[in-house]
Amino acid sequence: MSYSDKVLDHYSNPRNVGSMDKASSDVGTGLVGAPECGDVMKLQIKVNPQTNIIEDAKFKTFGCGSAIASSSLATEWVKGKTVDEALAIKNTEIVKELALPPVKIHCSVLAEDAIRAAIHDWKKKQEVAKPAAVAVQ
Amino acid sequence: MSPDVRTIPQGQQELEQHREQHTNGKGIKLPVYMDNHATTPMDPRVLEEMLPYFMEKFGNAASRNHSFGWAGEEGVETARERIAKLVGATTKEIIFTSGATESDNLAIKGVAEMYKEKGNHIITAVTEHKAVLDTCKRLEKYGYRVTYMAVQKDGLVNVDELKRAMDDKTILVSIMAANNEIGVVQPIAEIGKFCHERGVIFHTDATQAVGKIPIDVNKMNIDLMSISAHKMYGPKGVGALYVRRKNPRVQISAIIDGGGHERGMRSGTLNVAGIVGLGKACAIASEELEQEARKLAGMRDRLRDKIMGRLDEAYINGSWEHRLPGNLNISFAYVEGESLLMGINDIAVSSGSACTSATLEPSYVLKALGTGDDLAHSSIRFGIGRFNTEAEVDYVADRVVETVTRLRELSPLYEMAKEGVDLKNVKWAGEAH
Repeated sequence: MSYSDKVLDHYSNPRNVGSMDKASSDVGTGLVGAPECGDVMKLQIKVNPQTNIIEDAKFKTFGCGSAIASSSLATEWVKGKTVDEALAIKNTEIVKELALPPVKIHCSVLAEDAIRAAIHDWKKKQEVAKPAAVAVQ
Repeated sequence: MSPDVRTIPQGQQELEQHREQHTNGKGIKLPVYMDNHATTPMDPRVLEEMLPYFMEKFGNAASRNHSFGWAGEEGVETARERIAKLVGATTKEIIFTSGATESDNLAIKGVAEMYKEKGNHIITAVTEHKAVLDTCKRLEKYGYRVTYMAVQKDGLVNVDELKRAMDDKTILVSIMAANNEIGVVQPIAEIGKFCHERGVIFHTDATQAVGKIPIDVNKMNIDLMSISAHKMYGPKGVGALYVRRKNPRVQISAIIDGGGHERGMRSGTLNVAGIVGLGKACAIASEELEQEARKLAGMRDRLRDKIMGRLDEAYINGSWEHRLPGNLNISFAYVEGESLLMGINDIAVSSGSACTSATLEPSYVLKALGTGDDLAHSSIRFGIGRFNTEAEVDYVADRVVETVTRLRELSPLYEMAKEGVDLKNVKWAGEAH
């Protein structure tokens, strides 16, 4: 199988590799996929609670080159976006950007799932955190 | 025009020149080929022997009335002698085919048809090559009963289980000599002996074994054996089937009908040049097998030590003791095979990862060992061959260690494992995927 230059670039120089404190209230963590399927993605976002803007994003991925590239690209794209803007990212845009072949479309789906899972996790934390914040006021 | 024999070596020179231009600091020509179970480069001595049979000695080996035919026939018969000598057979027991897939088909379908009055049961193993498995599956459609034996964790067939699987309708046992993925060498002598005691025909797909480890059809009680040229430094598109002629005499129905070549078992004009190449490859193996096996095993052990000495959680797939000298199959936990191949793209090896196959299923051979899909996805097969060097082994080891280390830094599974998370107890979101 031949890879597009963009996939190769993300594979060789993945952006935003790393981990953030998943216990932190402004960090949302998405863990999707399964080892036996050959793909697991962990995508984390750090959100400014005032602006709802994603200020930082990190990922780690177990998977093929296209899976690594899809998640690397996802972190680049969510950074600087609001949570709602990030939710609007579609896997088809990732497919297009990375020129993924049909057998690798599932990698882009997983990346979209990872974004959603991370945002979902962050939102859940905000709901829990809210009453406490009111109490402080 | 006389054949310009320089044309082909010049092509090789071009490849060599290309590789010279892509050398690393240590003088290793890139890419390094270490996928010798897929195919082997041809030995120059084999090519040299074949060349006259394309243009000068082009005759049809079946032409009995002129010197062109005789020259072709002579080449074929010399090859037959050389193959027979390598495996302890007689020349009349060697049938030429287009390769091991055809030999497997001919052996299994040929026995099934010939002995259908006697029985309809065939025993094979789940780790066989698809040429055997898919042939058996087709026979099931025609009413044959097939037992696909499970293998043990080390990849070996349990001979006692095989004995129990046999019944009075069993006509054929087909167990490979050495596995193409994990290099595991089956106890074929033991299986052959038992089959002969029970009067059941024993076929072995010896594609990976012939020329690599000693094979003797009489000592091992083999009745039918598939042989391929291109796995032993010969040309592609040619192989042979050994068919026992006495003690007992084994008969098979043809699957290709026509001019009655090869004692009626395989019609079709013989691929003379290819057959000559197969013969030469066997002649070289007869001379050099023992020494070469020692050399390859030494390099293989070196590769293992250099990789496993520097990486934790790397697991060898299949028996270490019963293994082809040039085979190493390792699973690197927490790293996916295709991404590993991508990182070592100046090295030609194979992976059992789903992503490298058309089916998106990880290696059925590794699954059969109980390896687990996650580790099957993480496997790499190294096939060391005649033309590999120790410097290449060292280079490959360094590149693998460096790439696995990099990818583990990128792997959430490695991170979780280091944090003490038991990955088996994690509820994975994508399990339905």
